[in-house]
Amino acid sequence: MAQLYSSVKPTPMLKDELDIVIPTIRNLDFLQMWRPFFEQYHLIIVQDGDPSKVINIPEGFDYELYNRNDINRILGPKASCISFKDSACRCFGYMVSKKKYIYTIDDDCFVAKDPTGKEINALEQHIKNLLSPSTPHFFNTLYDPYRDGADFVRGYPFSMRKGAITAVSHGLWLNIPDYDAPTQLVKPLEKNSRKFDLPLRLPILYVDAVMTIPKGTLFPMCGMNLAFDRELIGPAMYFGLMGDGQPIGRYDDMWAGWCVKVICDHMGWGVKTGLPYIWHSKASNPFVNLKKEYNGIFWQEEAIPFFQSVTLPKECTSVQQCYLELAKLVKEKLGKVDPYFITLATGMVTWIEAWEELNSEERTEAKAPNGNKE
Amino acid sequence: MSSAEINKNEVDIVIGALNADLTQFLTSWRPFFSGFHLIVVKDPELKEELNIPEGFDVDVYSKTDMEKVVGASNSTMFSGYSCRYFGYLISKKKYIVSIDDDCVPAKDPKGFLVDAVTQHVTNLENPATPLFFNTLYDPYREGADFVRGYPFSLRSGVPCAASCGLWLNLADLDAPTQALKTEQRNTSYVDAVMTVPAKAMLPISGINIAFNRELVGPALVPALRLAGEGKVRWETLEDVWCGMCLKHISDHLGYGVKTGLPYVWRNERGDAVESLRKKWEGMKLMEKSVPFFESLKLPETALKVEDCVIELAKAVKEQLGSDDPAFTQAADAMVKWIQLWNSVNSSS
Repeated sequence: MAQLYSSVKPTPMLKDELDIVIPTIRNLDFLQMWRPFFEQYHLIIVQDGDPSKVINIPEGFDYELYNRNDINRILGPKASCISFKDSACRCFGYMVSKKKYIYTIDDDCFVAKDPTGKEINALEQHIKNLLSPSTPHFFNTLYDPYRDGADFVRGYPFSMRKGAITAVSHGLWLNIPDYDAPTQLVKPLEKNSRKFDLPLRLPILYVDAVMTIPKGTLFPMCGMNLAFDRELIGPAMYFGLMGDGQPIGRYDDMWAGWCVKVICDHMGWGVKTGLPYIWHSKASNPFVNLKKEYNGIFWQEEAIPFFQSVTLPKECTSVQQCYLELAKLVKEKLGKVDPYFITLATGMVTWIEAWEELNSEERTEAKAPNGNKE
Repeated sequence: MSSAEINKNEVDIVIGALNADLTQFLTSWRPFFSGFHLIVVKDPELKEELNIPEGFDVDVYSKTDMEKVVGASNSTMFSGYSCRYFGYLISKKKYIVSIDDDCVPAKDPKGFLVDAVTQHVTNLENPATPLFFNTLYDPYREGADFVRGYPFSLRSGVPCAASCGLWLNLADLDAPTQALKTEQRNTSYVDAVMTVPAKAMLPISGINIAFNRELVGPALVPALRLAGEGKVRWETLEDVWCGMCLKHISDHLGYGVKTGLPYVWRNERGDAVESLRKKWEGMKLMEKSVPFFESLKLPETALKVEDCVIELAKAVKEQLGSDDPAFTQAADAMVKWIQLWNSVNSSS
């Protein structure tokens, strides 16, 4: 029965099994608010942009920091697969981590409150999500059946109630929603609020649910508040080539999400979405965003049917094999849409090569990060 | 789309009366049923006279009426919880909203009574999005939208075929689950409507449901009857089977099925442990049904709902008929249902 999992109380902290990966180009002041929830965990900071800039990290956190110089030094020519001037560079953090789980969060995301006014421990909820099974093969209308107070509904096949292992926990955001540029332009927040006499910020509804995205269904995976089982799906969490020198931006997490979902479906693993919420504070400039997303808006119309119809051969039994097969297909099928996809496919292969290199042997002194460790 | 704009003339509220005294039920729903036409269908096996309070625009159908329309031999198709399907058959409206007679309006977290009828019709009138999952759930809802990364070509959505609501208090759990957790009640109000993705299967409950009759009416089939079918939901599976057929046909025709709001409050009734004593064959039938629906492919030539049902019935008979007589009977009932549907609806 479902309650076997909900009786695991309290939620294990997993502080030696989880790394928090944060990309940043500005500062990490936001960590002050997260202190009670993050202090016991190891942080991996991936500093984007100018490596000579000193990023201020609040006292008392245990972290390792990598700037572009570190990335180049550690990966050598393979560093070409890691984006520059885009938060996609965060996936370097996944690669160098030695932990089983990763939680990644943006530096403009703060602690949210639930409808009762209580502060939400997002990390704890993600851990709960990852440690309990998913239900990708049959939709439960009461959402997560393993949650306290919930269960499988009448008609849910008993043979499927054990569920599948959870690979990804996708969290959501209150306050500034994760909209694309065209939507941001059409719905400027202040205008909306004044018109309908609402408080300045239009809050998104707090939906008190976690659910599994069914097998065979794609979704837009946002990297702002995301956790995953690195040992399971890590190699598929490549955030692509974005930013400087690339014709596209703000599709890094989308790309990773499509690849991850296809592979999870193939491997029989689950992807959850819903709780926890974080508070997203910064609305990025929609005009800047439009420039970044422009190509993506058209390319995704080709990419989506590609991912929806892709079948991975039975012989692909590891995530790396699946990913390399995907890279091959991306080159073949999407290469004709734009040469960017050929570059991206190459990046995907390089990523796997780098992943294998860093994760199958001991790291030497030379690969140690530049930043201070406390 | 504003929910205040629904056209009451397009809706029939169909209630299957398994209990004779509908006073408490209808009185509690009065604020939300008023102005609508009601079809009350009495379970042909219910002996007592129905007690219906004044002030409703209601047509009541009993066994005699059924037999006039479908013949004496076919009225057995509409016994027990399946009596409501007779209401679906004879309705002339675009939308049907159907709620079990042991449910009353629920309260939302702010303490306001939930207008389940308006919410259902709003769900049905707005597009569904089965082809790509929106992480903010219903994108057409005020305060929400499609998220970054949602393909633009899919943002106009598809017609919504059905709206599956939920339940507070007594959730629709099966007998073993409820018997094990006798005290468990659903107190979680999840403030969302979402489209169940294409190809995903789900257990559709008949307790609180609405559908576009013009679009998919014939697909709601009163077909699967458990040998020991009873008068509590724990002892039936007719709606779950109906839902599997409906979802499959909706997927095939490119329509969407929504789930989530509205909630109804389900009153205490029955005894799960007692229901458990009956041999729970529903479990076995579901286990057999799932791989069948998973691999089923309706022919591309099946473009009308009626044809889809016929093809489905054929496949059920061929592939499941030998597993259990209940499936053969279901297949036969589905074919008969389409015959009845065509005859009743072409003469009007």
